[in-house]
Amino acid sequence: MNVLLGLGGSDESVKTLRRTIERTREVGDDLTIVVVDKPESKRSQDEMYQQALDSLEEADMSDVEVETLEGDPGSALVNYAERGEFDQLVIGGGTLSPMGKIQLGPITEFVLLNAPTTVKLVR
Amino acid sequence: MVGTRQYPDEPSGPFPSPPTTIEDRDGRSIEIRAPETFTGETLDAVVGMYAEFDPTDRAQGIPPTGEERIRTWLEAIGDDSVNVVARDGDDVIAHAMLVPDTDDLSAIEHRSDIEWELAIFVLQAYQRAGIGTTLLENLLGHASDIGIDHVWLTVERWNNPAIALYERVGFESTGTESFEQEMAILLEGSDEH
Repeated sequence: MNVLLGLGGSDESVKTLRRTIERTREVGDDLTIVVVDKPESKRSQDEMYQQALDSLEEADMSDVEVETLEGDPGSALVNYAERGEFDQLVIGGGTLSPMGKIQLGPITEFVLLNAPTTVKLVR
Repeated sequence: MVGTRQYPDEPSGPFPSPPTTIEDRDGRSIEIRAPETFTGETLDAVVGMYAEFDPTDRAQGIPPTGEERIRTWLEAIGDDSVNVVARDGDDVIAHAMLVPDTDDLSAIEHRSDIEWELAIFVLQAYQRAGIGTTLLENLLGHASDIGIDHVWLTVERWNNPAIALYERVGFESTGTESFEQEMAILLEGSDEH
């Protein structure tokens, strides 16, 4: 399967990166990683890009392509997915409120509604 | 007050405080109380209510299903939460709570320094009987009594009955860019503070 992983700069994105790398190794998927530009995130786009490269190197998967995307995160991700031959788009999905309610952000919603592919939300 | 959520300019209230006993639209006598602690028999009875809860009425993953997961969930939020419980006889039939938006409540000087997330659940057989509105008002009255003034919640955008209930007591819609409608209310200060 040809998988596109979209990352922001949150802790959820770091978890999603780790889990997707694990999954990719297990099943031998093809993986492409893009890092979106989300200025309000905990990590900058450059930091997240570097973290993706480091994690791939640790996993001995340095052949995986990593790109950064400019502009609105949701539409940049969907546009990228539309241009390639991807079977699945993976994003981190949902943070927990103090109460324990799952909350999906506006980027997640945009991607779910607009992506041309199956979308996988990693919790 | 720390936090980035938007709140109405005008405070709402005053609201009634527990304890109170009401007769619901089906003639059942319902007692509403704010338990001193959320442990022991109270916790057991609330776990029992959620175990009976129809999974189709779950919202954004809560309540969890299965008694063990329900207990784990309530114990995790229990220590710091503010609770009101409605009973028909010994049975808990509705529960509303406020959970502080902080990892360490002991580091907070005043309850008004932080935001509190609200949730309310009414057992299916007791819905549409006026209990939810009374329980919600009593939670807000109790909250105001103990110095809480910023309360927010999220509700699924298509849940119009719930949104109407929240609007009736003074909640206003804030963020709208997501699956969940965020709403917030500002409570008028209590004379005790």
